[in-house]
Amino acid sequence: MSSSRPGMNDRHTPMIAFATASIASAAPSGTTVRRPARRRRPVLPGFGTTAAITSLVIGFLVVVPLAVLVARAASLGAAGFIAAAWTDRARAAYGVSLGASLLAAAASTLLGLVVAWVLARVPFPGRRLLDAFVDVPLALPTAVAGLVYSSLYVKQGWLGAWLVPLGVHGAYSYLGIVLVLVFVSLPFTVRVVQPVIESLDRDAEEAALILGASRSQTFWRVIAPAIAPALATGFAMALARALGEYGSVVFISGNMPFKTEIAPVLIVARLEEFAYAEATAIAVVLLAMSLSLLVVINVLQHKLSRNAVGAEK
Amino acid sequence: MPPRRILFVALAVGLVGISGCGKAPEGRVPEAVALLNVSYDPTRELYRDINTAFASRYGQEHGRVVDVKQSHASSGSQARAVIDGLEADVVTLAVWPDVDAVAKSGLVKEDWQARYENDSVPYHSVVVFVVRKGNPKGIKDWPDIVRDDVSIITPNPKTSGNGKYSFLAAWGAVLAAGGSEEDAERFVTELYRRTPVLDTGARAATATFSQKGIGDVHLTFENEAHLEVGESAGELEIVYPSRSIRVDPPVAVVDANVDRRGTRHAAEAYLGFLYSPEGRAIVAKHHYRPWGDTPPPPPDAKEWPAIETFDITAVGGWQTAMKRFFGEGGVFDSIYAASPGK
Repeated sequence: MSSSRPGMNDRHTPMIAFATASIASAAPSGTTVRRPARRRRPVLPGFGTTAAITSLVIGFLVVVPLAVLVARAASLGAAGFIAAAWTDRARAAYGVSLGASLLAAAASTLLGLVVAWVLARVPFPGRRLLDAFVDVPLALPTAVAGLVYSSLYVKQGWLGAWLVPLGVHGAYSYLGIVLVLVFVSLPFTVRVVQPVIESLDRDAEEAALILGASRSQTFWRVIAPAIAPALATGFAMALARALGEYGSVVFISGNMPFKTEIAPVLIVARLEEFAYAEATAIAVVLLAMSLSLLVVINVLQHKLSRNAVGAEK
Repeated sequence: MPPRRILFVALAVGLVGISGCGKAPEGRVPEAVALLNVSYDPTRELYRDINTAFASRYGQEHGRVVDVKQSHASSGSQARAVIDGLEADVVTLAVWPDVDAVAKSGLVKEDWQARYENDSVPYHSVVVFVVRKGNPKGIKDWPDIVRDDVSIITPNPKTSGNGKYSFLAAWGAVLAAGGSEEDAERFVTELYRRTPVLDTGARAATATFSQKGIGDVHLTFENEAHLEVGESAGELEIVYPSRSIRVDPPVAVVDANVDRRGTRHAAEAYLGFLYSPEGRAIVAKHHYRPWGDTPPPPPDAKEWPAIETFDITAVGGWQTAMKRFFGEGGVFDSIYAASPGK
């Protein structure tokens, strides 16, 4: 099973990875397997029921709110929409949101890979504890993260006292935005990549080494293709998370128009004027951007997983 | 354990009996009234005290138990919450446009401003300066804050009521000193050029100034300034400029909600309580200036520091100000549009 996973299609990799990870950890305790009934029935209900539930859930939680969003923005008309969502200031804010999120997702993927590798492969005392710490950013209110980060990196802060004299401004700067975005997105990359690394077939690595491959060859030809789809998924999730982040960013960015102002701040500003439609227009643009990015990444990931299959064959 | 269970049942029955006895002789059931006061961030402590005092006063006068719940967030988002269906009995918000927005939605009748004294503004505040200990930059009045060596902390006026008032205070102070509209525009441009951080809310700006040590002067409401200085353990102090804007947070009964819930009597009494001697004393204790003659003094002084004030009408009234200064493409936006590359 483990060898087939990297070849497994693509968009479902993260969920399957999550699921298998939890099953794997639950298996030892839950070994009381019941004898199969005479007529074997699938564990889960049939397609009809599950499809209905799935579409209901997705529909109510995602599609309906999004439809309302688009409908509200559409009430502006084309000219009104452009006037609200495509000003100089808004374009600059999209640039900041997008740029910082891409940077953060890239950094998060790289760091996530290292962290996941260590947690999956290197046994050391306290690993379990570190492993648990990875999830903290998911549980912490992000506004708290923003406040803590900014007080760390200001001139009087613990880190800022050293960094600011060197010209590194981690608070009220673009760098600060990237920092908190890495913080909030790191769990996604780690948790997506880690189970894949755990399930990598070590025999393949050993075989490669025995057959005379160098360590870098083994990494690039055997390991990298197998984890690339998961990395792409991790990147996509990190990016999506970063683009939608508001709470932590507003406390560390300084919110200077044209420089460190992210698009969600403009949405809040328009809401303060009770300009709902104008606010949703900005949201729709942001949504369109992240959706198209996710599509691109999905296509990329699809290609990567095909390569992974090819590499294994 | 049957004996214990019997004891328990007996106790329970007894309690029910006792509580029933209280009601029976009066011949009616005085049910508790629950009120929801939807307010903004800085009033949390004020209304906690007000609610307790009001509950006992209302109980004495009308023989009914009243339980006031309070909800706090940024003023604009609270207004939107009420418009979108949060069942507020009363709103006590930071700025007039927020109550006006609730009124425009039809939940509050149009004459709301005339229902209570002073256009339904039971207490006010003023925009003051908070500076570091010993006032090292020698900041005494408005012209001092735009010196080149001064950096200013004030929240984004587009997202914060506190920020709006600071902007309007600066603008109005220039006009009141005999300056022209152009002078005022130049002054606020200089002001925001010296503002390194635009926090989205008042409390975030306070944290930036007091805890992170950014900036030389923090523009904020007098009541917030007292909280900030009190918590700084002597590191900060308040400076009163010669003149400033009067901050008028209005209150209103949400007619549609109280009529449906049958809470009008208590809701109206609740807002009225803010004008009573008892209410005014509590208001003053929290460093809000109560409305009316001979206001009770603040807790730490004999009387309120004198400061010449102007109100929103001096800068054109809310409707004009919102559009002209804080609307999309307005004066505030143009300050930043002028130097986009920087």
